[in-house]
Amino acid sequence: MESSMREPIIELRDVKTHFPVYSGFLFRKQTGAVKAVDGVSLTIGRGEVLGLVGESGCGKSTLARTIMQLVPTTAGAVILEGKNLSEGSSSEIRDVRRDLQMVFQDPYASLNPRKTVYDTICEPLLVHRVCAPADAPARVAELMNIVGLAPRFMKKYPHEFSGGQRQRIAIARALALDPKVIIADEPVSALDVSIQGQILNLLAQLGRERNLSLIFIAHDLSVVKHISDRVAVMYLGKIVELGPAVNVIDHPRHPYTRALISAIPKPDPVTERVRQRIMLPGDPPSPINPPRGCTFHPRCPYAIEACKAAFPPMIPVGPGQEAACIRVNEI
Amino acid sequence: MPILTVSDLRTSFHTRNGVYRAVDGVSFDVGRGETLGIVGESGSGKSVTCYSLMGLIPQPPGKIESGTAIFDGIDLLHCTPKQSRSIRGKRIAMIFQDPMTSLNPYLRVSDQLIEPLLIHESVSRKDAIKRGVEMLNAVGINDAEKRIHYYPHEFSGGMRQRVMIAMALITRPELLIADEPTTALDVTVQAQILELIRKLQKEIGMAVIFITHDLAVVSGLCDRVQVMYAGRIVETADTKTIFQNPKHPYTRALQRSIPALQPKGGELYTIKGMPPDLSKPIAGCPFAPRCEYAAEKCYLITPALEPVPGEPLHAHACLRAQLGEIS
Repeated sequence: MESSMREPIIELRDVKTHFPVYSGFLFRKQTGAVKAVDGVSLTIGRGEVLGLVGESGCGKSTLARTIMQLVPTTAGAVILEGKNLSEGSSSEIRDVRRDLQMVFQDPYASLNPRKTVYDTICEPLLVHRVCAPADAPARVAELMNIVGLAPRFMKKYPHEFSGGQRQRIAIARALALDPKVIIADEPVSALDVSIQGQILNLLAQLGRERNLSLIFIAHDLSVVKHISDRVAVMYLGKIVELGPAVNVIDHPRHPYTRALISAIPKPDPVTERVRQRIMLPGDPPSPINPPRGCTFHPRCPYAIEACKAAFPPMIPVGPGQEAACIRVNEI
Repeated sequence: MPILTVSDLRTSFHTRNGVYRAVDGVSFDVGRGETLGIVGESGSGKSVTCYSLMGLIPQPPGKIESGTAIFDGIDLLHCTPKQSRSIRGKRIAMIFQDPMTSLNPYLRVSDQLIEPLLIHESVSRKDAIKRGVEMLNAVGINDAEKRIHYYPHEFSGGMRQRVMIAMALITRPELLIADEPTTALDVTVQAQILELIRKLQKEIGMAVIFITHDLAVVSGLCDRVQVMYAGRIVETADTKTIFQNPKHPYTRALQRSIPALQPKGGELYTIKGMPPDLSKPIAGCPFAPRCEYAAEKCYLITPALEPVPGEPLHAHACLRAQLGEIS
């Protein structure tokens, strides 16, 4: 289903998240800023799965944290169902968190080792007073059933579970408040291939059954293609390509997306040996001092003089697909 | 003539909760200049196998229970410490998974990079630095003369992995053991590093043991692949056969779980259940409880790694496939 047909639930308007950089000891001065997220505009529809991909340091996790308001927005607006979160007071943001939940990458670090599964899943229920303490055990058992854990494990501690099971606990905790949006930050990167599939199936099924919007952050593009309706590719704090998952991954248009997809090894020994890869020279530049104009131009094989002038606007390149490259229609 | 022959290696860890048989009877060999891929999930024993060869298993709690590993006539598991020192870091080198933690943050890259040269070859510090710079150039670090004196934190993740590779290859080893060298890196950097290993391997003519959990990485790099499960080798073959004609149900299941090979939108194929607890004795085939083809005899008889008739490089440990009951 096209995103334009969906009712929007989250809107990002030119969101910027900068972290100040100080120098000097006695007379500390702000000498610059890490532009982790630098002007992202995006709309996410109800029930939509948006994949967010990019290399480490491109700002995808910071964008997720900005949407959650775990880090303050420097400029721009994060709008959830008409409410501007970036201007909300902390109590308003706490209320909004009910609709906005997060699943983190490392289930070994994101669960409190001193809390039982029951305490972990129960905490949001009691904090937000969504159910009476007497009803909590039944609700926790229900949540555990939803994510495929037997409720008899309720009194166990996280270390007694495997990585996949822990990620299920983290998902149950995120579901406890019946959110409208779940942000999953690399939820399967720490898991084995055979377990990855189970967690992806669970997330996809929950999204379908509960009409949840899911922002799925990953660096594994094949996983993203499988689960997402749309994909946004980030580079140095900006979105460089956006479109339906299959189109973006099978027919990438932006030179960066092309290189990113070409770098993925293919599980086929015959074609893999003869395939021509696009090798990007060097590493991504520093977000403190990004290159002028198009931030990708120093590594881009197609860069021309005009690319150094200004960051290009998003140019439509296909149905629902757009790319931020001035030469996109020539290459 | 293989450069390394491992036979019946068994490594276990004696803990308060019991004895974990991390590697349980593994035999394989690596030819000169060959690239062998070892694939398996976490806990399958692929890293412990290589750590055992390098003498990196902490003992206790670890214990190498049995086995031999003959490298050019010397048994790595039973040689004197002096012999082992003359081989490790010189003729066999290793790269680790996490370049962030495998470099010493207190020492300049130059000191760490030339250490193997100062230990194993009688060269002056000046000549060693010169070779260090050449090696950094070879792994694609620009401005090497200046950068060799930097500290590790001044390099990015991909650059640090390049430094690790330079350090491993500076003595021109005959065998390189790479333990998930690209797992912590981005795909674009992973592509650079794989290309680099491929290029240097050709130049130096060394053999490589490449440990990974990612079948796709293996496809472009390795000549031969062996799949490990619960401390045992369940299938070994040349790369093309592993992908096109796998026999063991675990190899097939692993391949079917790769998201890239599955149609979009449907349920992803998953292997039901979980790997077995290695602290308990396993009766029969360790994969049987998760295998869709398991029969009663699979829980009773422990299958041996038998060659496939007519395919000398291909062997697997599935009873029913050996009997021709499943194809």
